[in-house]
This record gives sequence, C-alpha cells and structure tokens, in this order.
Amino acid sequence: MKAFSWTRLKAVFLKEFVQMRRDRLTFAMMIGIPVLQLFLFGYAINTDPRRLPTVVEMRETGVFERSFLAGLKNSTFFEIVATTTRAEEGDAMLRGGEAAFLIVIPEGFERRLVRGERPQILLAADASDPVASGGAVNAVQQIAERALARDMAGPLARLAPGAPPFEVVVHRRYNPAGETAYNIVPGLLGVILTMTLVLITSIALAREGERGTLETLLATPVRPVEVMLGKTTPYILVGAVQVLIVVALARWLFDVPFLGSPLLFTIAITLFLFTNLMLGYLISTIARSQMQAMQMTFFIFLPSILLSGFMFPFSAMPGWAQAIGEALPLTHFLRMVREIMLKGAGIGDVWNDLAPLALILAVLSTLALLRYRRTLD
Amino acid sequence: MTSDDLVIDVRGLTKSFGALTAVDHVDLAVPRGAIYGFLGPNGSGKTTTIRLVCGLLRPDAGEGRVLGFDVIRESEEIKVRVGYMTQRFSLYEDLSIRENLAFIARLYDLDDADARVAAALDDLGLSARADQLAGKLSGGWKQRLALAACMIHDPELLLLDEPTAGVDPKARREFWDQIRRFADRGVTTLVSTHYMDEAVQCDSIAYIAYGKKILDAPTAQIPDKVGLHAYRLRGARVAEAQAALERDPGVVFATRFGADLHVVGKDEAAIARLAKAAAERIGATAEPVDAGLEEAFIGLMSGAADNAAPGAPR
Ligand SMILES: Nc1ncnc2c1ncn2[C@@H]1O[C@H](COP(=O)(O)OP(=O)(O)OP(=O)(O)O)[C@@H](O)[C@H]1O
Ligand SMILES: [Mg+2]
Repeated sequence: MKAFSWTRLKAVFLKEFVQMRRDRLTFAMMIGIPVLQLFLFGYAINTDPRRLPTVVEMRETGVFERSFLAGLKNSTFFEIVATTTRAEEGDAMLRGGEAAFLIVIPEGFERRLVRGERPQILLAADASDPVASGGAVNAVQQIAERALARDMAGPLARLAPGAPPFEVVVHRRYNPAGETAYNIVPGLLGVILTMTLVLITSIALAREGERGTLETLLATPVRPVEVMLGKTTPYILVGAVQVLIVVALARWLFDVPFLGSPLLFTIAITLFLFTNLMLGYLISTIARSQMQAMQMTFFIFLPSILLSGFMFPFSAMPGWAQAIGEALPLTHFLRMVREIMLKGAGIGDVWNDLAPLALILAVLSTLALLRYRRTLD
Repeated sequence: MTSDDLVIDVRGLTKSFGALTAVDHVDLAVPRGAIYGFLGPNGSGKTTTIRLVCGLLRPDAGEGRVLGFDVIRESEEIKVRVGYMTQRFSLYEDLSIRENLAFIARLYDLDDADARVAAALDDLGLSARADQLAGKLSGGWKQRLALAACMIHDPELLLLDEPTAGVDPKARREFWDQIRRFADRGVTTLVSTHYMDEAVQCDSIAYIAYGKKILDAPTAQIPDKVGLHAYRLRGARVAEAQAALERDPGVVFATRFGADLHVVGKDEAAIARLAKAAAERIGATAEPVDAGLEEAFIGLMSGAADNAAPGAPR
C-alpha cells in the first residue's frame, strides 16, 4: 500500500472544505470576527488627537512660564486640567489617568535659559496611546519656542535662530519603546488568526470522535499525514481571506501604511497560518472532546495575548516571560509583520523571526503526527 | 481445513477497558466464503471483538491473522481489504449521500471511484436523492447507505455490526440475498445480529457472553448443542401457568409464542412432566415441539442477566 496518496489527501481536503462551507455559523464567525475586531480596535486608534488632558507642574511664575502656559491654553492639542507646584500631585494625576501628559518646568528655568545652559522641559506622557504622545513632543517644542520668541525678545533674541535654547525631555511611561498605534493592526491580525485558526482545527479530530465518524475514518487506509494535511489546509484559505480583510480595511479606513514587500509578507503570513493550524491540530490529537479542545485552545491563547508583545511591550517583560514569548508563534509573527508592514523590512531583517517560526512549525507537525492515534483506544 | 482457508484466524483475543474485560480470550476461525453469525446479549463484546479483528483496537493479548495478515502488526494491509460497517451510523451527516460515498471510495484510492459511486447509488436506488444530506435520511436508509459505503471497494471480508438494525423486512431480505451472492463469490462475512431470522441464514454462529465465547458451531447443530427440549401449551388460560412454570428450577424459560406458551428445559422427561401437569391444571393441551434456534438462544441468554445491566456478575 502506498505510504502517501494524493487521492486520499484530496479526499480529506474536499470533505473538510465542504463541511466547512456548510457550517454556516462557524464560517460567518471566521469572516465576521476580523471585521468586527478591526472596527472596535481601529476606531480606538486616535489618529487626530485633540484637547488631551494635561497637568502642568511649575514652582515659579515668571514671564516665560506665564507665556508658555498661555500658549498651552491656546493650543488645540492640550487641555490644561490643573497646574500644581507639587511633584507628587502631577505624578498621581498621570498615573490615575486624569491627565495624559505632565509638563514640568523646573525651578530656575528662565535664569538658566538666560545663562545659555539649555535647561530642560520634562514631558511625561502616558504613552499607551502612542500617536498622541508622539505629537505632544512637537507641540510642546513649538509652544515653548513661540513663548520665547514673543516674550523674551530682549536679551534672548540672539538665541532665537538655530537650535532652541532649551530641551524637551520626554518620559514615556507605560510604553517605553514608543511603539506606534498602527502596531495594533499587525497585532490584531495575529491575534485574530491565532484565535480562529487554532480553535477551528483544535476540534478537528474530537468532532469526528464525538460524531462517531472517526471510526469510519480509522477503518479506511487513510494515513496520518493525509488526515493532518487534508484537515488543516482548507483553513489556509480562510486565513488568507481574513488577512486580506484586515489589511484592506486597515488601509482604507485607518490609513495604516504598508511599506514592505508583499511577497515577504505573504511568506511570513503563510508560515504563520500553517503554524497556527498545526498547533490547533496538535491540540486535537490530544483532546478527547470538543470541550476539552476549546479549553486547551484558551490555555494557549492567553499566554499568546499576554506574552507575545501584543498587550505589553516585549522588551519590558521579565526574562522568564520573554522566554515563553519566544516559543509562541504570535511573538515572531508580530515582530515580522510590524517590521514588514510599518518599517518596510526585508528578508534579512525578519530572518531571525522567520527561522524560529519555521522551527516551531516543524516541531508542532512532528508532534501531531506522533500523537495521532491510529486506533480507537 | 488448513489455516490458509481461514480468513479470520485469531486466538486468545483479549481486551480490557479499565477493570472490565470486554473480550476475554476469544478465538475465531472463519473460513473463506462463510457467513458467520456473531450473537450475544447487549454488552457481551461483539462490537469490541469486531474492532479488534479489523485493527481499530489493539488487543491486550492474543494473536492471529486476518486475510493472512498479522492482526496487530499488519493492520494497515487488513484495512484495505476489509469492509467494516459500524453499529452506530458513522458516515458524515453534513455531507450528501454522493459525497459520503465518493469520500470513502477515494480513501481506498480506487481508480474508478466515480463509476463505483454511481453504481452504488444505482444499487441503492438513491440516484435521484444523491445530493440529499445523509443526516436527513431515515434510520433504515442510513443503514443501507452505510452498507453500500463499506462495500464500495469490493472487500474480501465484511465485518458487519448489526447491519440491519431498523431496516424494513424487504430491504433485509435483499441485504441477505446480497450477502449470500457475495459468499458464493468467496467474500467472507462476519455479522453480528440480534435477529433470529438472520441467525438461521448464517452458516455458522459464534455466541459470546461476558466477553467469553460460549458456543461456536454450524447453525444447524446449535439447538442440539444447547440441548433444550420444548413443550407447547395451548389453551385459553395459558397465561395463568406462566409465572409458576418460570419459577420451577426444572424450567430454563417459559415464554409466550403468540397465544401459546412454550416451556423449555434441559431434561426431556422432567419438562414433559411439568408441561403436562400445568396443562391439566388450566385445561390446556401440551404437545412436544422442536426447540429451534430461537429457543436455544433465549435459553443461553436467560442463564444470566443482561451483560449491560449495572452490577452484572462477572
Ligand atoms: N471504549 C470503551 N471504553 C470503555 N468500555 C467499553 C468501550 N467499548 C466497549 N466497552 C464496554 O465493553 C463491553 C462490551 O461492549 P460491546 O460494545 O463490545 O458490546 P456488544 O456485544 O457490541 O453490545 P451490543 O449488542 O449492545 O452492541 C460493554 O460493557 C461496554 O460498556
Ligand atoms: Mg455492539
């Protein structure tokens, strides 16, 4: 008997495809989820920040301070919710979310400005909304410069051209890497694919078991590898449709850039799709019921969301969490797609994520083949 | 008979599920072209034995050959040549009749898969409804579809697990005619059933209870082997005698056959005496009748409670 037969593989593939198409609810869910998620998260991307709550901390009220404050008030970008002289108060407001920014003008700012010491204005930002915090630096810079130009004409006039005589120092809090909000799109894409594809393949064998059809399948000469490929590859198509939807909507609705090579993007995506399908299929060789399969899927899903760099910046995670993260397909996918989509990275740049992902895929499929039970025991 | 003529030749097959020994040292020797009946009460291990024979379960102990292939090591070779019809409908309810047949045909890597599917549909008389979902078929039609599916690759050995449960008499008749035609061509059949009219159609019968094979003989010899003797009581008040007769230790069972009461026991003289005495009390007639296959199996089964009964003795 042949160890591998295209006819048998095709039979499983076609059967799975027809079943997938007939299962309207699941099918609609797999297409509906990405659209819904993208709308929900997409509109949370604040691409046009206005009137962001700001607290100003200063101990003196000199000419510059008053002029700077007036400039802030006139700007559409900031909305001053409080001014304070106490450092703790400003910190607390930022931490509590009452303010998105804390602007600190240190003591003796004006005096040091006159001496040409390039004093610092501290801008502490709640950088979990990165687009907003990115714009804030420029806004503060401009407002401060204008305040200087208008009011400090006399002795400081000579400082006006060239480099500003002060420095705006930014403290990004809660997102030190300052990742942009566009990151949400690759992140979302990865999460959607992980969620739907792992879930759908995780029940592949348990469903056959519960319906009793596994007995028919096992009584035929079909080979484990044929079952594995036949049961997973139809969902590549579903994954591809999901990717197209997310990328297209992200571009048209939210102007998310696509800088990199579509070919490289396709390669990365395909590898990721297969990895997720294999992960799901591996679960299905272990789970004894559909319920168990779903529980196991969520068991995988949680670390994927928390430790892949989707929720929290990867570099800010403790070592053990990073180690787990490196073993998750989503981690590598996120890095690759962010780099390809948003930074235009080439194959050389993403190689160190492409290779680990391929390794994960190889390990998962080998395990799945070993785990496949050829009897009903 | 040499062992080369044996299509199923297994010895000591044993399979446990936890503490329960579902199949306990069962030997089977089924010659080529035979129709072998497989009988036993619910939960006695028929399905489990059939699964062991076609390699769907791995035996805990035992060995043997099926179609000349080792039952443990060469189960892939066996699968290609065996048609197994499961007790529970196990085709895809969300696929159409045609899609189900085509799926199975392709899994056997048949060159003429489409032609065979068409032929099977024709045989079933389902060509017109081929695109209907299998799940929408009535119970009997599901059985007939499953049967067609397990035969689509012309297997040398058919393992049929209660293939006619829920099938109407005419279709059952056709089914048995078909099995007989296959047998004439050299196809071997092992078929489990609870129907006596099907049991008599088998060349030989293996009877299993609590996982142990109790009886294995050509069908015609079964009543003699069981050694039962029956009396028929006929009269208006036979119902009144039934309870007392059933309690009598000399009676294996007393059961109604239509309006009559059949009293069955192992000792010919004793049962004659008991039957006549009872008949006299209620003003009925008592006549000796042949203890047939049905009496034999009821006798075998009434020896013990239903296997599936909770707390049944082992
Ligand atoms: N997978 C399993 N796990 C645990 N116990 C099992 C399993 N399969 C069968 N059994 C048990 O093994 C015994 C034999 O079951 P089996 O299905 O072989 O009986 P059967 O003779 O086919 O009965 P029926 O006439 O009702 O179909 C039963 O007690 C059953 O509960
Ligand atoms: Mg059974």
